[in-house]
Amino acid sequence: MSGDGVEIRLTLNGEQVAARVGEHDRLLDLLRYGLRRTGTKEGCGEGECGACTVLLDGVPVNSCLVPAWQARGRSVETVEAVPEEELAALLESGATQCGACTPGVVMTAWWVRRNRELVDTHSLRELMAGNLCRCTGYDGIIDGLAAWLASTASGEPGGPG
Amino acid sequence: MTVFLPRDLDEALELRDRHPGATAVAGGTDLCVLWPERVAARRDEWLDLSGVAELRGHEWTDGALILGAGTTYWDVIRDRRAGEELPLLVEAARQVGAVQIQTRGTWGGNIVNASPAADGVPVLMAYDAVLELRSRSETVELPLADFYLGYKEMRLAPDQLLTRIHVPRRTYDLQWFEKVGSRSAQAITKVGVAVTRRDGEWRVVANSVAPTVRRCRSLESLLAEGLPVSGPADLMGALESDVTPIDDIRSTAEYRLEVLARLLYWRLRDVCPSIT
Amino acid sequence: MKRVEGLSKLTGRELYVDDLPVDGFLWGATVRSPAARGRIRGIRFDDSVDWSEFTVVDHRDIPGTNAIFLIEEDQPVLAHGRVRHLHEPVLLLAHPRREELRRAVEAVHVDVDAEPPVLDFRLTPDRERIQYGDDNVLKRLRIEKGEVERALAQAPHVIEGVYETGAQEHVYLETQGMLAWEEDGVITIAGSMQCPYYIVEAFEHALGRTPDRIRIIQAATGGGFGGKEEFPSGIALHAALLALKAGRPVKLIYDRSEDLAVTTKRHPSRVRHRTGVDGDGKLLGQDIEVVLDGGAYVTLSPVVLSRSIIHAAGPYACDHVRIDGRAMFTNSPPFGAFRGFGAPQSLFACERHMDRIAAELGIDPVEIRKINLIRDGDSTATGQVIADGADRVQVLDRALDLADYYERRTAHAGFNAAEPTRRRGIGLATFFHGAGFTGSGELFLDSEVHVAGLPDGRIEVRTANVEMGQGTLTVFTSLVCDRLGVPAEAVTIAPADTSLVPNSGPTVASRTVMVVGGLLEKASDDLRTRTGLPADADGRAIREAIREWHRSHPGEPLIGKAKYEQPEHIHWDDETYRGDAYGAYAWGAYVADVEVDLRTFAVSVRDFVAVQEVGRVLHETLARGQIQGGVVQALGWALLEECKWRDGAMENAQLTNYVIPTAGDVPPIRVEFLESPYPHGARGAKGIGELPFDGVAPAVANAVAGATGTDPASVPLTPETVMDLILRQRPPAGSLT
Repeated sequence: MSGDGVEIRLTLNGEQVAARVGEHDRLLDLLRYGLRRTGTKEGCGEGECGACTVLLDGVPVNSCLVPAWQARGRSVETVEAVPEEELAALLESGATQCGACTPGVVMTAWWVRRNRELVDTHSLRELMAGNLCRCTGYDGIIDGLAAWLASTASGEPGGPG
Repeated sequence: MTVFLPRDLDEALELRDRHPGATAVAGGTDLCVLWPERVAARRDEWLDLSGVAELRGHEWTDGALILGAGTTYWDVIRDRRAGEELPLLVEAARQVGAVQIQTRGTWGGNIVNASPAADGVPVLMAYDAVLELRSRSETVELPLADFYLGYKEMRLAPDQLLTRIHVPRRTYDLQWFEKVGSRSAQAITKVGVAVTRRDGEWRVVANSVAPTVRRCRSLESLLAEGLPVSGPADLMGALESDVTPIDDIRSTAEYRLEVLARLLYWRLRDVCPSIT
Repeated sequence: MKRVEGLSKLTGRELYVDDLPVDGFLWGATVRSPAARGRIRGIRFDDSVDWSEFTVVDHRDIPGTNAIFLIEEDQPVLAHGRVRHLHEPVLLLAHPRREELRRAVEAVHVDVDAEPPVLDFRLTPDRERIQYGDDNVLKRLRIEKGEVERALAQAPHVIEGVYETGAQEHVYLETQGMLAWEEDGVITIAGSMQCPYYIVEAFEHALGRTPDRIRIIQAATGGGFGGKEEFPSGIALHAALLALKAGRPVKLIYDRSEDLAVTTKRHPSRVRHRTGVDGDGKLLGQDIEVVLDGGAYVTLSPVVLSRSIIHAAGPYACDHVRIDGRAMFTNSPPFGAFRGFGAPQSLFACERHMDRIAAELGIDPVEIRKINLIRDGDSTATGQVIADGADRVQVLDRALDLADYYERRTAHAGFNAAEPTRRRGIGLATFFHGAGFTGSGELFLDSEVHVAGLPDGRIEVRTANVEMGQGTLTVFTSLVCDRLGVPAEAVTIAPADTSLVPNSGPTVASRTVMVVGGLLEKASDDLRTRTGLPADADGRAIREAIREWHRSHPGEPLIGKAKYEQPEHIHWDDETYRGDAYGAYAWGAYVADVEVDLRTFAVSVRDFVAVQEVGRVLHETLARGQIQGGVVQALGWALLEECKWRDGAMENAQLTNYVIPTAGDVPPIRVEFLESPYPHGARGAKGIGELPFDGVAPAVANAVAGATGTDPASVPLTPETVMDLILRQRPPAGSLT
């Protein structure tokens, strides 16, 4: 493609979506401005802060570092897909203050929550190190994630045991 | 700006051949930093390798771990066998950025991006990794240790793509990697070092202390010969002929050299009778 | 009570300025000075761009005074004739496409005849570098108590020290941004801000408009920390000028690099102490000089300097004190408000100096503090008699106890003797922070709040104080619920929109809960009175009375009001700088346990204990979050965050190169509160937001001093700095090879 962009298809939060993306568009721009899913935030544009974290084919990535055309044919999950009832532990623990890092934090935490075996090899602080937060000092986030991992998910019978 | 979106390796190699000026991009963890500014400033050609399935994944053969150039750090981190057999790969991978970078950054991208601070390269070099470089006409192999010529200069022809990385499966009696960054996670390396020893043969590879990731051959011979060392200062002579650190926005030449000597001294003291 | 807007943030539904749906808008951008100082010779526009597609604004488009109204009016909205710092705004552009705009900014060339700049605030400027008054001093202040020279002359020991702190960037996770549009003749702003009414005043002056033609709305704000106190006035003006000229909405959002390079930072400081003590460590005289780098315009530096000197002598009783303060002009982007507002700088010096005194006299750093900590009845440097019932020694003891201070000190000595490459140390700091505006500041603010009873029986809280993460909405809701006995569902907080809310003052200075919260209690009482009910009426009765009132007064508003009245005990003299500088102080004692790696010279914080007395804690989770967040932000200042300067501006303007702590860089922060209610604060609360910043850097530096046997005199203690300390301060024959 050259100049006029390209039509791509992707799965966004479980739905098939078609969009025309420009050469210069990042996945972050496609989500925020193209598809008006503004839950995903831009914090730095350089892959440092993690505010724009989304799940790409099931793993967390900085959507500011993904050219939109690389999302063709792939599956993207954003904060809009996380069920509200899943967020109780983070709400309770003080994981959000100003909220600008929060959607990214939620996405990384949601990924950990769905892949609990990660804690066998990684500490929660290592897993969350790609999400900068300037408000909480991280305790609210780490404690909230620990509580979330320990909780039984709605719709997930048995829980972690 | 033009972007090429090949669907397989043949198409990628053909595009590589026809557009030698195009920048190949895979995980984008370096090239896509400040992407809007980057593309506003230039109207280049880009060759997207993210859709080329042949570059993805890794496999274990009898003699080697073969990494597709597009294998991510995360792919290796999650391979338990890698942690057991070639632990430095996993240690280094876990210290690249944070998970959001590890899931995107590729081993091949780290090599051809040719940053002196590349975190994946020192351990690969310490393991004697060999690169597989392909063009439409041929496939050649080249030891990683011979790949770099100077700052961002390497033995990669305009029509070639790095396709695979062979990491020999060997046993080592010492393997060690240490990264010193600006903070404990999500950091760019200020000085780093990977060391292996096998049958008395040493590999010492340092990053962020020269225009390229650098094998420290003087130091390797000093260790192989068992010359007496009784403090970090005794390593300085060899190091100064091996590396040329600079002052930059992230640290100072003095710090880099001092720390490199101290890391090496204190770690090797435990394993080398000649170091006291 | 759960955080009121918490779920909205966790689900990504909260709308920040760049999330607001708006059609047909233009993106705005700023063309900036390429030089630190000089005369603008001309502005050239490259032919490569079709400029007819762009809205272009310069100083000639400013309808009112070309100045950002604050303490003085020296800072232009857009430079005209001369520039005083790198990146100073000169010209504005707007265009529908952001990528076109990026290219266009590069295609405008501001030609400047450079003049010699002032780049180091510590040096006395030569004549050709004088740009403010006749000595480049933006503000000079002095506090004097007793006779310090005589006290020092008679003191058995006089100990000196010079301490420096670096600039710090706020790194609120949401960058600065404003959306402007004109609607029915009203210029309207929605954006990221702490002080909507600051912007109203700035617009009145620069746009030459009356307040009824100005409407400022705070959008959800992704962190402020002071960085969105005064700075947003300029960017709001820029967006407004573009929108007025274009006749369309304009969105001006800084990307991170621009935000880092051009916005305000914490004032760099240099503080000199000359202290007379007796053999037990009792303070006999404190002679202190505080110098701050103010940058290229006055902005808020005079008041930052004020708070800095008032805190400079520390939470100690001393009869003879002199504190001289100067804020210096330099050709740097102006330094500005940042959590702590000058106090962290002077308290770093004070608390590092206390350890130096202890070391020189061979006394315990705990004991020297216990001897000198203010007891009820003692007075501060400004002569303010403290009698708040708080026990500052108990705060310290609790911190020592929680940190196992003495046990660890002993353990560390053993560890350090046995370990070849690691050194551990434990350090402490005792400190205080005055809450609210200084002196008569609150009186000048003349804050007003409204609590309205709505026809359906709901209650709406109307203030200009904003939520930026610290929990304003939640605490305000809970205060009004408690006061009126109504459930949380019955209370809403009106948006901070100047067309809807009165001016309750800025959201700064740890004043929101203590001062504004107190006003809300009074306004709630007033609402109850207006419905005709007595003070003991319950919530159900009040809500019914509100509905009943509206039935009998159709169409009329029912509003409980309160205005600030200075508590009778506060007496302050701005001329002599004597008296009650603050209505209340919060007190803290922090303990840091660190390990220094002698191979890499990196300092890691193993444990951190934060004990404070903050009056009544209104919401445990929010209060703890304020302390933990403040401590970690200050750990960044103490250990990691360093602005590298080029021509007076930040060179490392990327988050890759200006690094703040990640979750992996800090330990859990252990927090404990002691409570001694303040009768004039909301439900007994004192200010809390800034306090945690003050005690961290000195506790860490004192711990590093203990671990390494060095005497650090500056922050940040980056590994490179620690290497210098270890290699240069210790004898080369030491055991640290």
